[in-house]
Amino acid sequence: MNAIFDALKWFGESAQWSGPDGIPHRFVEHCWYSLLAFAVTVLIALPLGLLFGHVRRGRLASVTGFAVTSSANAARALPTLGLLILAVVLTSAGDLVPILIPLVVLAVPPVLVNAYAGVQQVEPGLRDAAEGMGMTGAQVILRLEMPVALPLILLGLRTAAIQIVSTATLAAYVGLGGFGRYIVDGYARQEYDQMAGGAILVALMAVLIQALFTVLRRWAVSPGVRLQYAGA
Amino acid sequence: MTPVSPALAALAIGDDGEPLIRWDWIRRNLSDDILSALKEHLILSFTPILLGLVIALPLGIACARWRRLYGPVLAVTSVLYALPSIALFVVLVAFSGLTYTTVVVPLTLYTLSVLVPSVVDGLGSVPAHVRQSAVAMGFGELRRLVQVDLPIALPVVMAGLRVATVSNISLVSVGALIGIGGLGELFTDGLRRDFPTPLVVGIVLIITLALLSDLILLLIQRLLTPWERARATRRKNRGQSRDRDRVPAAREGETA
Repeated sequence: MNAIFDALKWFGESAQWSGPDGIPHRFVEHCWYSLLAFAVTVLIALPLGLLFGHVRRGRLASVTGFAVTSSANAARALPTLGLLILAVVLTSAGDLVPILIPLVVLAVPPVLVNAYAGVQQVEPGLRDAAEGMGMTGAQVILRLEMPVALPLILLGLRTAAIQIVSTATLAAYVGLGGFGRYIVDGYARQEYDQMAGGAILVALMAVLIQALFTVLRRWAVSPGVRLQYAGA
Repeated sequence: MTPVSPALAALAIGDDGEPLIRWDWIRRNLSDDILSALKEHLILSFTPILLGLVIALPLGIACARWRRLYGPVLAVTSVLYALPSIALFVVLVAFSGLTYTTVVVPLTLYTLSVLVPSVVDGLGSVPAHVRQSAVAMGFGELRRLVQVDLPIALPVVMAGLRVATVSNISLVSVGALIGIGGLGELFTDGLRRDFPTPLVVGIVLIITLALLSDLILLLIQRLLTPWERARATRRKNRGQSRDRDRVPAAREGETA
């Protein structure tokens, strides 16, 4: 237990709150990698998931359905640390891009699968009504399927965000910044208080994101949809 | 150098022409490094699965019985699930030092946070009429649980078990950052020497191990639930589909 108190003391030292190795700077770094990876993930996975979910009939639909679901299973099996290091060893170390590739590869499946499943589960009656009102395909996706699927879409986004934030910690191991620096440097120098401090910061980030998405869900999901989910 | 096929030689990359895989390295290190890492990896990933299963079954059954318990348990497990494994490893070093326990405990917690909801959902999926028939036939509570409820819950529990197993196998490698990572130690080794072969070997072995375990669990599930198969064929013949066959929403992904 003493070790944890040491970590708390570590937070109190003024050296931790300024300079390039200070918590504020590391926080900005961590957020920067995470946001970048998250943005790329959303840009790739969300439109694809919505589109694949929207197309329901035909041979193509069954092929994409299988591909989407198996991508989620495959992503679980991928060892993050290995991919990260491989990306760095194969390219030049210190670059941001080799870090982003594994982060995005691992975060795409949860967004893709949840958007896909969310749209698939929209009641056929609702879609028929929307089409009957003369909505075009794009309108059906944006104005009906997306809002109804929003709880699941948000779940996917949250999963991806948490995954990215925790994986971004590992980026320190291949020479980048972020909160992972404290863990990696602390381990190298056998300074446990610093390691534990870093671990606590990373855990706080993850909990913060979870809270953020809970709020977002309450704010963004339409009351009718929320009711339906609460009843289910 | 061992002869390398042209296709593999074409994989040569980088300015120094270092190939992606050096087969002679694998041959030299197979018996010591790779196999012992594999053994460690198996121990580190399957101990938490077994522990998790042993704890999750009674806990899940209790939660399904006393629904009030489920809310708090679910809240705790979902927070635990969000915590990055590296953070948990580091914090545990303070308590258990650099031992297997430090890796096994967080992975057991992850397993629990997947399995407890599966057990509860699985038990919840027992149709009311089935339960009532069992009661009407004079089944006592324990007998009903063992002979009726649990078998019906099995597919859902097994689905959770497969998710937990696959993610545990890949998560163990993160332990390499504190020096206990099974095949993950091949990753740190590869980085230290700027040498891709151990990385490729580690990644391939971990993925193979994960997929193989998934397959084995699936086979076990099929053997344990012969009635599901019979029902599926009957349904196929009738040309119906059932809700459960549709794409399930993904469980929350695991954190690195």
